[in-house]
Amino acid sequence: MSKPSGFAARAARACADPQLQANLRAAALHFQGNQAKAFAAFPGGAAARDLARDVKDAALAELPSLLRRLEAQVAALGGTVHWAADAAEACAILVDIATEAEASTAVKGKSMVTEEIALNPALEAAGLEVYETDLAEYIIQLAGEPPSHIIAPAVHKNRRQVGELFHKRLGVEYTEDPTELTKIARTTLRRRFLRADLGITGANMVLADTGTLVLLESEGNIRMSTTAPRVHVAVVGIEKVLPGPAEASAVLRVLARSAIGMKMSTYTSFLAGPRRDHERDGARAFHLVLLDNGRSRILADPELRQVLRCLRCGACLNFCPVYEKAGGHAWDNPYCGPIGTCLAPLLGQGSGRDLPFACTGCGACAEVCPVRIDLPGVIAALRRKAAAEPGFGDPAQPGGPPLSAAAAGMFARLAGSPALFRGAATLARTLDPGLGLVSRLSPGLRAWTRTRKPPRLKTPFSTSWPALARQLKGEGGDA
Amino acid sequence: MDNLAPEIAEAAARVLTRAGATVRLPPGQTCCGQPLYKSGRHDEARELARRFLDVFAAPDPVVAPAGSCVAMVKAYPGLLAGEPARATRARAVADRTYELSQFLVDVLGVEDLGAELDGLAAYHDSCQVSRGLGLREQPRRLLARVRGLRLAEPARQRTCCGFGGTFSAQFPEVSASLTAEKAADLAATGADLLVCAEPSCLLNLRAHLEKNPPAQPLRCLHLAQVLDSGNGGRP
Repeated sequence: MSKPSGFAARAARACADPQLQANLRAAALHFQGNQAKAFAAFPGGAAARDLARDVKDAALAELPSLLRRLEAQVAALGGTVHWAADAAEACAILVDIATEAEASTAVKGKSMVTEEIALNPALEAAGLEVYETDLAEYIIQLAGEPPSHIIAPAVHKNRRQVGELFHKRLGVEYTEDPTELTKIARTTLRRRFLRADLGITGANMVLADTGTLVLLESEGNIRMSTTAPRVHVAVVGIEKVLPGPAEASAVLRVLARSAIGMKMSTYTSFLAGPRRDHERDGARAFHLVLLDNGRSRILADPELRQVLRCLRCGACLNFCPVYEKAGGHAWDNPYCGPIGTCLAPLLGQGSGRDLPFACTGCGACAEVCPVRIDLPGVIAALRRKAAAEPGFGDPAQPGGPPLSAAAAGMFARLAGSPALFRGAATLARTLDPGLGLVSRLSPGLRAWTRTRKPPRLKTPFSTSWPALARQLKGEGGDA
Repeated sequence: MDNLAPEIAEAAARVLTRAGATVRLPPGQTCCGQPLYKSGRHDEARELARRFLDVFAAPDPVVAPAGSCVAMVKAYPGLLAGEPARATRARAVADRTYELSQFLVDVLGVEDLGAELDGLAAYHDSCQVSRGLGLREQPRRLLARVRGLRLAEPARQRTCCGFGGTFSAQFPEVSASLTAEKAADLAATGADLLVCAEPSCLLNLRAHLEKNPPAQPLRCLHLAQVLDSGNGGRP
């Protein structure tokens, strides 16, 4: 292993920031407690997860036909469907819609997929003013920072830091009272909702049979974004399509419980098409942008397909010990935590070659996933793929794992022969029983022993066993 | 285990004998391949998996006082999926491979091994034992029968100790921080013993505690050593 880079370096910086560590720990305890309480009070929780998994798998198995049905339904409702193969195409479609609508400002509901395609800079480059309206997204937009959590993008900041940010950027008097801070944000945002031409959101689900978007939120800002502006654009990954309300209901039963530990989110909106003539509110025009951006490739891989079940609830982040220490920014990607480790390289946004290895293998993520994604299994597959890349583990290439191809081969050869394996252990025990020398020579072990005393090599069990076996036999054991 | 913690293997052999089992040590054992598998080196891990099937070809139960090694053996059928005949053998071997507490409680039906040890023990749920193999009750039931031993349940007991094998060398800051927090949670119970059924967590936590001794000494023992105590065993 060479000088830390990539995830390792970013995670090390996070560990050295006591304020960030305190914020992350507080968030983990909060989310973990709520999720555990919600599922403890949900006797059908295990069956509901099975059902949600099956519903998602069934939909993924018939994705092309579901998408065609969806397109026809949205068109029948008077909406327009756009297909985007990648991030660049999706951003270009949004810019075209904005231009055609002669829009100058846009309000946004919180959406991971628009982070994935980096929509805000694209719209701003086209001359639009873009305002995030989710409170946490608003905070990080003011701070000029990327999100650090799938459902709580400003989780790395505490209220004192938010108070200072508002004071500095909005010129308001300093306060760290959450109610006051929310009021300040609401006052600013209300004006923007009323003036915006364009409302941009994602969707938690989209239903093929009815052309309905399903949107979950806590703050009501998504309702404002979808109804106040004259044009509503929803950007949705193709894996979010489900047949109809029955399947949506299966997902709703596990989604809010996993995300925030509540049976339902504060607002659950079902929106179908633009405003009809007899309706009093809603956008006059509705566009649905369906994004592939690598998803078809994932779908074609039987080993990785299951990551497309993901509901973006964030539970795997909340229970991940590495996330709690490294924080979301260490992923250098909108998708962080265990699901980020799986999605980032698959969606073509590698966050460093060491990312698949940034996992202790504890399995807490899989235990809480509402759609039972085998995240450790997917990470094992990604490690295998990473290790097969040329030059992997080469000390000259930063960010590889400590076990280079050569070291792995050597270990396998040693362990392939009991005599060699024993010989190597005897040699090590004779020359360096306290592993002091090895610890100094190996950069990986050197880092390890900064905070730990290395173990000692002892007379092996296989050497002491014959005497012990005789003794146990003598004691009346029938060995 | 062979070179770093032979005392755990010895204690396990004595405990198994006391529980009525006949213990054999099939010759030619080296490594189950876990470090290679976790490093993404599946081809090399497969070589060691094939070796394991040969070394443990006899139809006896295979018992390890190490949950992560057992979990690796349970992964063999998937690893060898491309070789149908071997995969079938791997499934059979995986089905008869047990972690120590699982074998004692679920197979032999033994919970009281006549062990005696005075103290307050904080039991650490190894991720591989408790999640990987689903063994939460078995170790606790065995510990509950140890005379003189009281059990403390630490805060955040399901959280990883931060070891993760090569993870701890590749991401030393994250690992050290998790280990320090885990050690603090265990020490905060006021326990004088730290008990774990997984040698790798134990190695990690002991290495941390030796470099950063807590106010009250916390002795690290494997479950096998606790079950072996007071019976001529030397914990």
